[in-house]
Amino acid sequence: MKLSLTAAAAASLIACVALPASAQTTLTIGTVNNSDMIRMQKLTPEFEKAHPDIKINWVTLEENILRQRVTTDIATGGGQFDIMTIGTYEVPIWAKQGWLKPLDKLGADYDEKDLIPAIHSALSNDGKLYAAPFYAEGVLTLYRKDLFEKAGLTMPEKPTWDFIAEAAEKITDKSAGVYGICLRGKPGWGENMAFLGNMAREFGANFFDANWQPQFESEGWKKAVSLYVDLMTKYGPPGAASNGFNENLQLFGQGKCGMWMDASVAASFVTDPKQSQVPDKVGFAPAPCGTDSCPNDGFNWLWAWNLAIPNSSKKVEAAQTFIAWATSKEYLDLVAKQDGWANVPPGTRTSLYKNPEYIKAAPFAEATLNAIQHADPSPTKDKPYYGLEFAAIPEFQGIGTAVGQQMAAALSGSSTVDQALKQSQAIATREMQRGGYLKR
Amino acid sequence: MARSVSIQRKIGMTILAWSVGLLIFFPILWTFLTSFKSELQAISIPPVFVDFHWTLENYRTIQTQSNYLHFMMNSIYLSLGSTVLGLIFAIPAAWAMAFSPTERTKDILLWMLSTKMLPAVGVLIPIYLLFVRFGLLDSRLGLIVVLFLINLPIIVWMLYTYFKEIPGEILEAARMDGAGLAKEIVHVLAPMAVPGIASTILLNVILSWNEAFWTLNLTTSNAAPLTQFIASFSSPQGNFYAKLSAASMLAIAPILIVGWFSQKQLVRGLTFGAVK
Repeated sequence: MKLSLTAAAAASLIACVALPASAQTTLTIGTVNNSDMIRMQKLTPEFEKAHPDIKINWVTLEENILRQRVTTDIATGGGQFDIMTIGTYEVPIWAKQGWLKPLDKLGADYDEKDLIPAIHSALSNDGKLYAAPFYAEGVLTLYRKDLFEKAGLTMPEKPTWDFIAEAAEKITDKSAGVYGICLRGKPGWGENMAFLGNMAREFGANFFDANWQPQFESEGWKKAVSLYVDLMTKYGPPGAASNGFNENLQLFGQGKCGMWMDASVAASFVTDPKQSQVPDKVGFAPAPCGTDSCPNDGFNWLWAWNLAIPNSSKKVEAAQTFIAWATSKEYLDLVAKQDGWANVPPGTRTSLYKNPEYIKAAPFAEATLNAIQHADPSPTKDKPYYGLEFAAIPEFQGIGTAVGQQMAAALSGSSTVDQALKQSQAIATREMQRGGYLKR
Repeated sequence: MARSVSIQRKIGMTILAWSVGLLIFFPILWTFLTSFKSELQAISIPPVFVDFHWTLENYRTIQTQSNYLHFMMNSIYLSLGSTVLGLIFAIPAAWAMAFSPTERTKDILLWMLSTKMLPAVGVLIPIYLLFVRFGLLDSRLGLIVVLFLINLPIIVWMLYTYFKEIPGEILEAARMDGAGLAKEIVHVLAPMAVPGIASTILLNVILSWNEAFWTLNLTTSNAAPLTQFIASFSSPQGNFYAKLSAASMLAIAPILIVGWFSQKQLVRGLTFGAVK
């Protein structure tokens, strides 16, 4: 008995030692915690089954920690990460710095041309693709059809901010806990500033002009922020200065918001009966315009989460194999088979929006595609930077967050709109001088 | 008269102590309560205290998304490993400085403490490069060494103050009886300093357990402790406070329980020699 136990132990030991001999490559993927990524983690066994020589190791981290980890790793050539998730903000900056490997071996059947052109261009530098999108979003106006009907309102095909203000007033019924409009208020470059940057564009204003001069005291920003604070104070929920995407999602899902302008991904949550109390009462409209000649027809928001290979990775080939799988059409089919078409990561492939099954399961499909297709983030003659709701320059993160705090102060009433914008202008000017964009 | 004043004083001090205690404990209590709420209740205004629908849903979600045990075992290895290593170096060092001080002893002590004054991020790149060179990234060994080094000044300082309280004559007596250096430290000094050593161990374990800069920067998955477990539940779609609270509760539970049971030892050690 003792002998056989020893033999078994020895055999298992040999088996353990023998396993790595089959040259298995382990890929470490650094990612942020969002629902589509969690779903991808659950589906990786399918990939490993198809590619027995590759093993996937997931590391989920908070966004800022992940960014710091990966930049340290790239700068020192540590090679800790083979794939990472980055946003459309980082891709142009990092590609330019030479921190990312170009994705040139995604395979013949990857069908790169199927990627939605706006997204494809957002992820390319000098004609080469540097990141592959697995999820993308634009901006939408979500509204409650039942409340509109009750107030005798019809959502126009192309709403204006004047109409939104009028509708917010009519829908609001604070005694019943219904607020006409819910918008982001939590400070942060990816929180309230994503919405406000987009809203300022709807009033024709950018973060910086052609000479990199900050524009926070321009007419467009003044109009946008004044209206934002006015609407939210009169018709918004209490404590809005601490509401981010998630908080508004909960409020809207509980039937407390009449209208909500935010990332198009919200649509899939508020129409899901498991997560929302108003799944069949939600209508989708385009983003409103504040001026007659509104750039991008009001759709001034384009964001995607992408998979990219940091330059320090030593397993580039296997990494490209995984990226090709995770952003392929087959992956979308796999998600549909497991969790249903409504849960398929949206916004990346044109073919998805031609799939009748998807269009049937996702009532927001057309509106989302429309929002993404209209959003053109390329630099123009009066906007020297890449991006719409953000500016893809390394300095923007700091500026955005500091200005976001000023906006939250204006929203909560601790400063006036004029003071907040003046302060924002001063902060941004100082940072742009430090960055060498402006002369001191 | 004197008695009534002292009773009033006692009541006053009791109320004060309780208020301070509750004030310090409140964030933990609030995290505990939030971990049983739904996401909507977690952010509701006005906040709900105990009158909500208690649910274990957050703990369930966390269990399915993440391997808690793996992270917890790493936390245990790292904190115990760095503490043991720390004691091996710090006891002889503190002994030497306490019982045979030279004129430079005070300077050495201060110099050791001064290494704690540099912001950790200042040496991130050099340490990271060393880790890359020695292949220590994401290894428990590497992290144990780093945690040991950053806590070493504190251990030496604590042990030094405890050892100072022990009369040198006792050690001399041991030497007279023929005890060698090793015997003197192990059989005479250590037993007398047990409360001090115990509280040093506890404090060092707690510090290593909660260390979140190096553990987040030098590990990815194999050696990742509970700090990374918490960080993984922070989402770019906004913070899901109920789930984050549940993750935090799971992360601090082991150390909280250990601290609870050993609080007598801890307090005794921390006030050791304070009243003479």
